[in-house]
Amino acid sequence: MSTLVLAWSLTAAQFLLGLAMLCATFRILRGPRAQDRVVGFDTLYVTAMLLLVTFGIGLGTAIYFEAALLIALLGFVGTVALAKFLLRGEVIE
Amino acid sequence: MTWLLPHPLASAVLLALWLLLNTTMSAAHIVLGSAVALAGGWALHALEPPKARIGRPGAILRLFSLVFADIVRSNVAVARIVLGLGGRERTSGFVNIPLDLRDPYGLAALACIITSTPGTLWVKHDPLTGMLTIHVLDLIDEGDWLRTLKGRYERLLLEIFE
Amino acid sequence: MNRTADIPAWAEIVTAALVLLGATITLIGAFGLVRMKTFYARVHPPTLGTTLGTGCIAMASIVYFSVLQTRPVLHEVLLVLFVLVTTPVTLMLLVRAALFRDEAKSEAGEASSSAIE
Repeated sequence: MSTLVLAWSLTAAQFLLGLAMLCATFRILRGPRAQDRVVGFDTLYVTAMLLLVTFGIGLGTAIYFEAALLIALLGFVGTVALAKFLLRGEVIE
Repeated sequence: MTWLLPHPLASAVLLALWLLLNTTMSAAHIVLGSAVALAGGWALHALEPPKARIGRPGAILRLFSLVFADIVRSNVAVARIVLGLGGRERTSGFVNIPLDLRDPYGLAALACIITSTPGTLWVKHDPLTGMLTIHVLDLIDEGDWLRTLKGRYERLLLEIFE
Repeated sequence: MNRTADIPAWAEIVTAALVLLGATITLIGAFGLVRMKTFYARVHPPTLGTTLGTGCIAMASIVYFSVLQTRPVLHEVLLVLFVLVTTPVTLMLLVRAALFRDEAKSEAGEASSSAIE
């Protein structure tokens, strides 16, 4: 019975996180300015990371944790590079 | 001892990170993690970071519990604003706060606290005048924010870092 | 879902509640990104996801795997710490970039309007 509860709530949580990613994608596509798109991207990768952690719980494996950590790392570097680019027009000074 | 472990705290954190990342307490990983921690300590020493003086474990604990409570509370507050509950007119704006805190680590900790708390955002800090600009989502009273920030966080951070 | 048979009911219910709570908080934060009108207001709501959203889901993962493997599994703490430490850096840079771009835009606007006059 309780296994069903966990399975159901994991699916529901993945649905909610998917909706959150859609919201972030809306902001990336809509803009209106470049900084709004970068905030959208920032939200998108954090939500994707959380989605991977819920996948990991659902499948009972720790492999997804590594993927989540990688997404967090690459997303952070990507956002910083984009913000730096907006600030000066070049990434490395 | 100082040449072997120039930054004992940083090395200890590195070892803890290594063991957490591998989720193990086996002897082999402790040896490997210690090697990483030692190398990390030497690398940090070569970078010559400014000296940090951390004191008062009691104040650190109090700061952590305070920040945790504030994060939960402002999460609820921002969620209400997003969902349109509360009903009244909302204004957001910038607030200038003169800081007495000068320690770079203390300022970094304050930046993490302010930005991690939903509804407030660190915008810029002028190291010459010590003037900090933050952006507040739900701005009711500037003086209120000034007192909260200086009274709650800055006093504890001054205790910890100076 | 093949390994969930040997896990006590309380752990499943705690995990389920934490995952749902974290996902809901993250969704509210992302929804705020759509709903807020100005850039500076838009920066605030996503921090819901990076604080309590990440915290709740990581806590769920810690509870689940700790009970499953009958020893503490804490490496999700790293995720929370990493996100907590990196969010201020990205948001500070972004807000600074936005201020810089706003100033540049208003200066350019004035220059072009004076050129027309």
